[in-house]
Amino acid sequence: MGNQEKKKRIGVYICHCGGNISDYVDVEQLRDMMDKEENVAISKNVMFACADSNQKEMVKDIRENNLDGIVVASCSPKLHLHTFRNVAQRAGLNPYNYVQVNVREQCSWAHSDHPDQASVKAAGLIRAGIQRVSYSEALEPVKIKAIKSVVIVGAGVAGMRSAIELARMGNEVFLMEKESRAGGHVAGWNSLYPTGTSGEELTRKMLEQIRRIPSIKLFTSSHVTNVTGSLGNFTVEVNVGSHGEEVLKLPAGAILVTTGFSPNIPDEGQFSYGLSESVITLPEFKKRIETASGKLNIGGKEIHSIAFIYCVGMRQSGGPNKYCSRTCCTSTMHASLELHKKFDDMKSIHLYRDIRTYGKQEVLYDQASKQGDLFLMYKEKEPPVVTVEGKKVKIEVTDHLTSKRKLEVKPDLLVLVTGMEARDDSKQMAQLLKIPVGNDRFFNEIHPKLRPVETVINGVMLGGSCQGPKNITESIQSSMSAAAKINALLCKDSLEMEPIVARITEEACTWCGKCAEVCDYDAIFQMETNGKVVAGVNGATCTGCGICTPVCPVDAIEVAQYTNLEIESMIDGFMAPVKLEEKLAEAGTESSAGEGLMKEYPGIWKEILKQIEAEPLTIPQIAQQLQQESQQITYHVMTMNKYHILEAAGMDDDHAYFLYTPKL
Amino acid sequence: MEPTKKSPKILVFSTDKISDPGIDQAGLRKLHYSPSVYVISMPCSSGIKPRWIMHAFEQGFDGVFIAADGHECSYSATCPDRTNTIINEAQRLMEEKKISPKRIRMAALCSVCAEPFVGHMNNFSKILADIGPDAG
Ligand SMILES: Cc1cc2nc3c(=O)[nH]c(=O)nc-3n(C[C@H](O)[C@H](O)[C@H](O)COP(=O)(O)OP(=O)(O)OC[C@H]3O[C@@H](n4cnc5c(N)ncnc54)[C@H](O)[C@@H]3O)c2cc1C
Ligand code: SF4
Ligand code: SF4
Ligand code: SF4
Repeated sequence: MGNQEKKKRIGVYICHCGGNISDYVDVEQLRDMMDKEENVAISKNVMFACADSNQKEMVKDIRENNLDGIVVASCSPKLHLHTFRNVAQRAGLNPYNYVQVNVREQCSWAHSDHPDQASVKAAGLIRAGIQRVSYSEALEPVKIKAIKSVVIVGAGVAGMRSAIELARMGNEVFLMEKESRAGGHVAGWNSLYPTGTSGEELTRKMLEQIRRIPSIKLFTSSHVTNVTGSLGNFTVEVNVGSHGEEVLKLPAGAILVTTGFSPNIPDEGQFSYGLSESVITLPEFKKRIETASGKLNIGGKEIHSIAFIYCVGMRQSGGPNKYCSRTCCTSTMHASLELHKKFDDMKSIHLYRDIRTYGKQEVLYDQASKQGDLFLMYKEKEPPVVTVEGKKVKIEVTDHLTSKRKLEVKPDLLVLVTGMEARDDSKQMAQLLKIPVGNDRFFNEIHPKLRPVETVINGVMLGGSCQGPKNITESIQSSMSAAAKINALLCKDSLEMEPIVARITEEACTWCGKCAEVCDYDAIFQMETNGKVVAGVNGATCTGCGICTPVCPVDAIEVAQYTNLEIESMIDGFMAPVKLEEKLAEAGTESSAGEGLMKEYPGIWKEILKQIEAEPLTIPQIAQQLQQESQQITYHVMTMNKYHILEAAGMDDDHAYFLYTPKL
Repeated sequence: MEPTKKSPKILVFSTDKISDPGIDQAGLRKLHYSPSVYVISMPCSSGIKPRWIMHAFEQGFDGVFIAADGHECSYSATCPDRTNTIINEAQRLMEEKKISPKRIRMAALCSVCAEPFVGHMNNFSKILADIGPDAG
């Protein structure tokens, strides 16, 4: 276990956030209270903790007072955890001896309706932070040397495009394709929306480009069989050849998964699919119009009227595919336009639930309407009823747009608009790579908005439609950003990884194997130490999830920063009694914030005041005299203005800037 | 909910990547909940130890709420089951100490679940107030 000796010289900074916190929480009283806490060396209020000037002051404080831990009570750690970890580092303090306490999002703002109680809560939160930092350990990042090569699994448009990019950035690329040819689904389409480009041509050109780049090795008919190692140093085992003739072990610094999707296939009998040649799916239909010429013959008859049923197998409120497949509405419009361009005397009837031709694709919907296509709206609860008799198709549908009239449609051909599903074999890939899959069975990224191409496994990224339905543009966008992310990792000489990982108390561990059993990342192994068999943790593969910790019968495994001491002492900190002076009850009104709260101005404010005491100055002038950036000064002047410490007193000669003078 | 000096104290375990940002959202939008709610953020709800839950009750918390990621958990597909196991174990320990099993609750929250979080807090505060201080 690590060293959890108690810190003796803790620095506490409680931020006003320019009023966002101090308008509701009595930061001054809390500062005095924290000053009296055990092992706290200094306790301060700051106007903006994150401001450059304060960061510099913190560095100075840490050095001069020899602080061994710091707590900043300010905004959410999601915003500034790294800012202050870096401050610690610049001052020579280990960044993990820093704790951020969220007194804004989870206190002053959440309880702005009860400022007195917000102050009591903030006291508990800050005390918990002091407790936590006092047991925090100095951690060193796990350092690894990265191999500059990438294995890309899946040579569809997403995989091919990112292979080219990664190679151009100086990486060696191994591009794996399961099928005997590269190109994925796009290679099979002739005309693509929105531009009408041929998919076959698009993928052929990409392939030609790939062949000209020596640092890309494409392996068709290849299957990934095993993956070991971790970021910077994976080994990917592959069988190549239709009978697995060749076995390769490829070194990879990172792995990019671009395995794509499967077209959804309707169940037999669903809308009469499989019961008549006159009922086919959209991909089948696309192929037919591409290959036919002159007349469109399907199932031994000439086709002149086509009905499309949308959302087949998609958007099932009760079924597994709850999502919308995004590409099928547009693809159907595009197919109907192609149909009318290529063949005479055609009629299209669209039985849809909602039309989702988002963005620029809306133009296709408009064109389809203008060419005379008919649109009837059905509801999921009242789907069209299809009956077939040989080649004849009859559809009964309630049109929800025309006062729910029951209509009967007898088209020559029925096209089921099916969408995109996760591949059946994606579960195996997920198991090999230990990446999670969602409820929709597509691969899961860490966060759909903030970290959309990374997985919880360091060094394994996602691109293209293996993450969920995407059109070509979107597929390439995501695979290119994954490529950029990978390159950013591999271009460094050595990689630093978060040291917040599990570790074992060897004296207590009895190697029962329970922790290893629940670890989804194979990070726990059996080892021998001092003649005793115990569990060991691979710091490079451990994600720090902590799932192994509650299962240990003897409490012998814990994750750094989430130790019993840290968590339980935080709980104690929350509950320590808080006595605040009554005057606090008045905090929370705009006016109370300025008066008395900032008797002691930050250094920079004093300097600004000194400058404007002599003569009124503009912000650029103050900035120049203090040799600071205008932006920083603007920040302070605005806050000082808010607290009535200074005021605007006219304009400068050019009428461009306000002149400021002291007010109080 | 009108918080009073006696409003029940709730310890929330949230998750760094998903439910904690949801709780932040509630604050950002100034959706109010009881100021007796304190949050500890964890990487994953399946890493919460029952002994911490017990420690919270011993120190005077009236309830423990686990704001889990449910099926959104980026670490493990079996996270909901695992978190459930932890809760069951905690409830077993609570029973030994005659603490009502109703004092622990779990719900899946996402990164924009501001209203649901506030709803859960209001509801849980009410439940805990109904149980009263002496049940445990
Ligand atoms: C009917 C229909 C029409 C469409 N029309 C258009 C259109 O007109 N315009 C448009 O922009 N988009 C269109 N799309 C969407 C388009 O098909 C996708 O955006 C695109 O195919 C995504 O590319 P990808 O590389 O992610 O996946 P895919 O095209 O699925 O390629 C994935 C590749 O990975 C390989 N692979 C899978 N698993 C493994 C493995 N384990 N090992 C090795 N290789 C593996 C596969 O064999 C495949 O070659 C349409 C989709 C459908 C369903
Ligand atoms: S894109 Fe259109 S057809 Fe496809 S699932 Fe979504 S709404 Fe239905
Ligand atoms: S569960 Fe505990 S005792 Fe068992 S192997 Fe893991 S650390 Fe050792
Ligand atoms: S914290 Fe434990 S369960 Fe999670 S990855 Fe590390 S060793 Fe495995």
